[in-house]
Amino acid sequence: MALSELRLLKNINEPGLATIEVYEKLGGYRAMRKALLEMEPEEVLHELEGSGLRGRGGAGFSMGKKASFIPKGRMDKYLCCNADESEPGTFKDRLLMQKNPHLLIEGIVIGAVAADANKAFIYIRGEYELQAEILERAVAEAYDRGYLGDRILGSEHSLSLVVHPGAGAYICGEETGLLDSLEGKRGNPRLKPPFPANQGLYQGPTLINNVETLCNAPLIIEHGADWFKSVGTEKSAGSKVVSVSGDVRRPGNYEIELGMRAGDIVYGLAGGPPEGRRVKCWFPGGSSAPVLTEADLDLGYDFETMAEAGSMLGSGAIIVVDDSMPIVSLALRLAEFYRHESCGKCTPCREGTNWTVKMLERIDYGEATPADLDVMADVQTNIIGNCLCVLGDSMAMPIGSMIEKFRPEFEAHIEEARLRHGGLPLRAHGGRADEAVGSHAA
Amino acid sequence: MSESDERPLTAPGWDRPADLEKDPALTPDLAEITVPDELRTEIERLMSLYPDRRSAAIPALHAAQALHGWCSPEAIAQVAAVMRVTPAYLSSVASFYDMLNEQPVGRHHVYVCTSVACHLVHAKRVYDAIAEAASDEGLEDTEVREWECLGACDMAPMASIDGRFVGPLDPSDAPEIVESIKEGRQPLPGRGLEDSDYRLPWGGTA
Repeated sequence: MALSELRLLKNINEPGLATIEVYEKLGGYRAMRKALLEMEPEEVLHELEGSGLRGRGGAGFSMGKKASFIPKGRMDKYLCCNADESEPGTFKDRLLMQKNPHLLIEGIVIGAVAADANKAFIYIRGEYELQAEILERAVAEAYDRGYLGDRILGSEHSLSLVVHPGAGAYICGEETGLLDSLEGKRGNPRLKPPFPANQGLYQGPTLINNVETLCNAPLIIEHGADWFKSVGTEKSAGSKVVSVSGDVRRPGNYEIELGMRAGDIVYGLAGGPPEGRRVKCWFPGGSSAPVLTEADLDLGYDFETMAEAGSMLGSGAIIVVDDSMPIVSLALRLAEFYRHESCGKCTPCREGTNWTVKMLERIDYGEATPADLDVMADVQTNIIGNCLCVLGDSMAMPIGSMIEKFRPEFEAHIEEARLRHGGLPLRAHGGRADEAVGSHAA
Repeated sequence: MSESDERPLTAPGWDRPADLEKDPALTPDLAEITVPDELRTEIERLMSLYPDRRSAAIPALHAAQALHGWCSPEAIAQVAAVMRVTPAYLSSVASFYDMLNEQPVGRHHVYVCTSVACHLVHAKRVYDAIAEAASDEGLEDTEVREWECLGACDMAPMASIDGRFVGPLDPSDAPEIVESIKEGRQPLPGRGLEDSDYRLPWGGTA
C-alpha cells in the first residue's frame, strides 16, 4: 500500500526547509521541547521502544532497545549518528540531511535524552561535502537558539554536537570501524563484545544510530508510538524511505509503508525497467543483500518477509537489474567493490574478496572451468561468519546467491568465453549484452 | 652466488619500500618547523572539538591537503607538529582513506562513480570518455579516477567534480567537463545537485 500521507518526506520540497526559521514554522523542535520539558527520560525511551522503530541503516535492530542497553550512571556517554551512507544503491540519508538537517538534529537531541548521552557526533562520509556544510550551518543555528549546548531550554540535559567528516572508506559505516575512524585512526572494525553500548567511543558507552532512524524520533515523540505503528506490519512498523536505482525509469527516493508489495515499488513508483526489458534480479537492501528474482517482486517489502525470502531489507536500497546485464559482469563489479573496500584486517575477507575477483576475471577471460564455480561458492561459505565485521559476508552473500540462482548462465559464460579464447572480455564493452561480442543473455 | 640469486627487499607490488636504514621520525617540534598560521589555527580549533585531540586527524589532514594540494611529507609534518603526534601515525591514517592523497595527484578531482548502480547505466563509458578527453586536452593538475558508490544513484551515471555532484552524465559531456576545469569555470551549470533549479530528467527532485 502506498503511504496515504508522507511522514519523513512530508515537507521535503518546502523552500528554505534547511533553515531553522522555516523548520520551526512548520512545527519543528516541538517534539524536542516535549521530550525535554514535559517527559521523563524513561518515558522518552519507553515511547521509542514501544514504537517498534527498527534501525534503518542495515541491521534492523530495535532503536529503543539499543538505547536501553546504555548503562545508567554519571559519565560521559556518546551518541554517534552514522551518516557514512556508503552502501551501494543507498542515497536516502543524503536527501534527508541536505533538505531537512534540523529534523536530524532534533532526532539526535531526543535520542540523547533517551540514552542520557551528553556528547554527540555526526560521522558523515567525506564525499558528502555539500551535506556536511548544510549540517554545519544547521548545527550553528541550533546552538544559537540554545537547542544544543549546556542545559538545553533550561532543562537538566546538556549536549554538544560535532559534524565529523570521513575521507572515503566504506568500512567506516560499520559501527566499530566508525568509532575507530572518529577516534582519528584507520577505520578498522573492532572485536565484539564489548559492544559499543558498553565500550564504544573513547571507551565510553555509545549509542550509534543511522540518520533515518534518528529522523523518525521527533515524529514518534510528537505523535506517539501508536501513531507510528499505525502503518507498516507487526514487526516492521512505520514508513521507510526507499532508494530505487539501476534499471528503472524513475530512480529516486520514495517513502513507502513497510510491507508494500515490492513490485509496486519497482514498477508503480520507479517505473520499472526500460521498454522491452524485464527484471532479471534485484537487490532488496543495497548491494550486500542476496539477489532476489522477478517472481519475488510479489513479496511484501518489510524486514521479516525479505529475511524469509533469503535476503534482507538492509538499508532499504532497491537496485534493479534488467535482463540485458550479464550476471558475470554484475558479480565482478560487485566483488571489485568489496575487494577495494576491505580493510584487510581479517584474512577471510581480505583474501576472499581478492580471489573472488580473480576467479570472476578468469571466467570472463575464458580461463575457467565449471569446477571453478564450486571453488568460488566454497570461498564465499568460508568468509561468512569468520571475520570481525560483515564486510566480507556482504560480498559472499550476494555472490553466493548469484551462483546459486544463475548457475546455468555462469556455466554458459564460461563455455562461451573459452571458445572465444583470446577475444575481448565482455566488460571491455561496459558489460552490456546488447553490444558485447558473442553474448548469451537475452 | 650469481646476481640473479639476489632477492629484492620487498615483495613485488609494494612500490614504496621502507628505508630500513632510516630512524623513525619523531614528533616534529613546533619551534623548528614553520606552520602557516591559518592551518595551525584551524587544526587547533579542530582539536578543541573532541575529548581526544587525535580525533582531529582526518579533518586536520583534509585542511592540510586543501592548503598543500596533497598530504606531502611537509604537510604531514606540519599537522604532526600541531597535533603532537608522529608523522608515521598521520601517514597510517592518510594511507587508509581514498580522499587523502600521499602522492601529488592534482588539486582538482573528478571522481566518476562506477559502482554497481552506476555500472548498470554505463558509467564506465562516461569515465573512459572523461579520462580520454582529459588526456587529449592535456588537462593538468587534475585527478580523474573511478570511485566507489558516491551515494547518488538517482543521478546515475554521475561524478563528483571538486565535491560537486553532477549527473546524469553522458559520454558526450566529457569535453565540456574537461574544458571548464581547464578554464576554471563550474562545469555543467544547472546539472549539479546543489543547483537551485536541479531536477532529475524524469521530473523528480533529488
